[in-house]
Amino acid sequence: MTMFLSVLSIELSKIFSKGRSYIGFGAITILVPIVQAAMYSEGEAYFSLFTQGLQQQFSFTGTFLNGYLIAFIVLQSLLVHVPLLVALVAGDMLAGEATGGTYRLLFTRPVSRHIIVLAKYCAAQLYTIGLILWMSILSMGLSLIIFGPGELFIVSSSITVLQQDDILWRFFWAYGFGILSMGTVASIAFMFSALVENSIGPIAMTMAIIIVFTIVSALDAGFIKDVKYMLFSNHLISWRLFFEETIPMDRIMLSTWVLGGHSIASFLIAMFIIVKKDILS
Amino acid sequence: MDKHPVIEIKSLCKMFGQFRAVGNLDLTVYKGDIYGFLGPNGAGKSTTIRMLLSLIAPTSGEISVFGQSLAINRNDILRKIGAIVEKPDFYLYLTAEQNLRFLGKLSGMDITTKHIHQALDQVGLLDRAQSKVKTFSYGMKQRLGIAQALLHDPELIVLDEPTNGLDPVGVKEIRELILQLKSDHNKTIFLSSHILPEVELIANRMVIINKGSAIIEGSVNDLLNSGMLTVSFSVDDPLKSQTIIQNSALAQSFLGINDHQLHMKLSKERIADCTSYLVDNDIAIDGITSTRSLEEYFLSITRS
Repeated sequence: MTMFLSVLSIELSKIFSKGRSYIGFGAITILVPIVQAAMYSEGEAYFSLFTQGLQQQFSFTGTFLNGYLIAFIVLQSLLVHVPLLVALVAGDMLAGEATGGTYRLLFTRPVSRHIIVLAKYCAAQLYTIGLILWMSILSMGLSLIIFGPGELFIVSSSITVLQQDDILWRFFWAYGFGILSMGTVASIAFMFSALVENSIGPIAMTMAIIIVFTIVSALDAGFIKDVKYMLFSNHLISWRLFFEETIPMDRIMLSTWVLGGHSIASFLIAMFIIVKKDILS
Repeated sequence: MDKHPVIEIKSLCKMFGQFRAVGNLDLTVYKGDIYGFLGPNGAGKSTTIRMLLSLIAPTSGEISVFGQSLAINRNDILRKIGAIVEKPDFYLYLTAEQNLRFLGKLSGMDITTKHIHQALDQVGLLDRAQSKVKTFSYGMKQRLGIAQALLHDPELIVLDEPTNGLDPVGVKEIRELILQLKSDHNKTIFLSSHILPEVELIANRMVIINKGSAIIEGSVNDLLNSGMLTVSFSVDDPLKSQTIIQNSALAQSFLGINDHQLHMKLSKERIADCTSYLVDNDIAIDGITSTRSLEEYFLSITRS
């Protein structure tokens, strides 16, 4: 356990000594205030445009433009933008050692490869958690300060209006689920990282698999219908389920199992590859 | 010398698909040895070193280090080994000190800043402790590689081409450091190098491998002094010496003359006969040098 913690602290130090690890934090730090600024100046116009059709049937009073809505909008980035930022670091965890020739330094130490791989995996997951937490602080904390709280108006297959005192706990679970989603992306990037010897490959492969699975999920062919619930990309935005009037626990559980299953399988594959790997580079 | 074996390799074999990188390799390194591990490119040296350090799994055979099986006691064994494997690669975005701190921690040692600075001082890098490794030259990285190999005070030091990229002063310093490690600390050193004069200067035992198998193993002195040697006699009259030799039973051994040197190819036993013969024929001899080098020996062995 002591050795594991020691390797974990080393891996975290390595992550935060690399410039690329700050790209994710930097991107979120830039993007969220841009969204906030845009909504601050043009938000009412956007909202009117977006609800144009609805305004013919419903009467809107007050403003729905508040901190919760901004946080909800920013959370949508969990499908494409944040996975890229997560893969940037998780995809480098093992491939970076191969590229730099430092597997030789690591694997000639009296530490089992199992411990090294586990510590690296946990470090990638902790980085992912940090990134989501930073996003939550900026997108919700800062938005609440700028825009203040209010009711959350969501239009999807139905219209949901959540009362102000019924929102915060939903965000808590949504961010938690976001960590699970992005943890799965990190796991998949980590697995690809074990397969190749350059850092670009895992990032490209992870994004490619998300895009391909997302396209496949959109197809309604019979045989795809039967299996698409098993594709992890289908569950990356299941955090939205926490904002339904009545939370569909069965669907959340299914998403949890699918994402968790992908994470565990990816980790085990990476572990198997590295433990069996002949270090030739 | 204590004849306690530190490394014992028996019938070691490594296949990459159908290609046999190492086949049936046997060797023994004793405590306190500076053991030269030689062979031409592609002979299987790096593969063997990687198997010794558990970077590669052997296809068959057995590696024992400190009397323990590497397959079973990997971590116990690696705790007592310091190594440089081929290129000196480090985390370029970290400083020299940070790299050594991390590697020291991974070696399971309570490494203090003092330890790190001692190791850096030993290889002449103390003033660059806080510099990022990406600013280092190849030679400096090589020195840092030696520092990390010595950091946790290992009993066995495996050095794969440790003088690669070093300037002549650096080569001399590393040679002296290796000799000091043996003489002052009784460390065992497993040294793979292409610079044969270096190995000749510092190794006491060696093995030459080719195509994955050991061709010859033994004491460097014994191996270099066996067989035919190139012997140079410093003589007062080289032309007269040439005439005398060419009219004698030693004519077949004559190689040539230059300046005041008479060059002969002789077995160790016949050097005395040749010397007596020259002296008996009024040739004054100022000195005799056996010029057979490890390089010559290596070439004769690997070509045959």
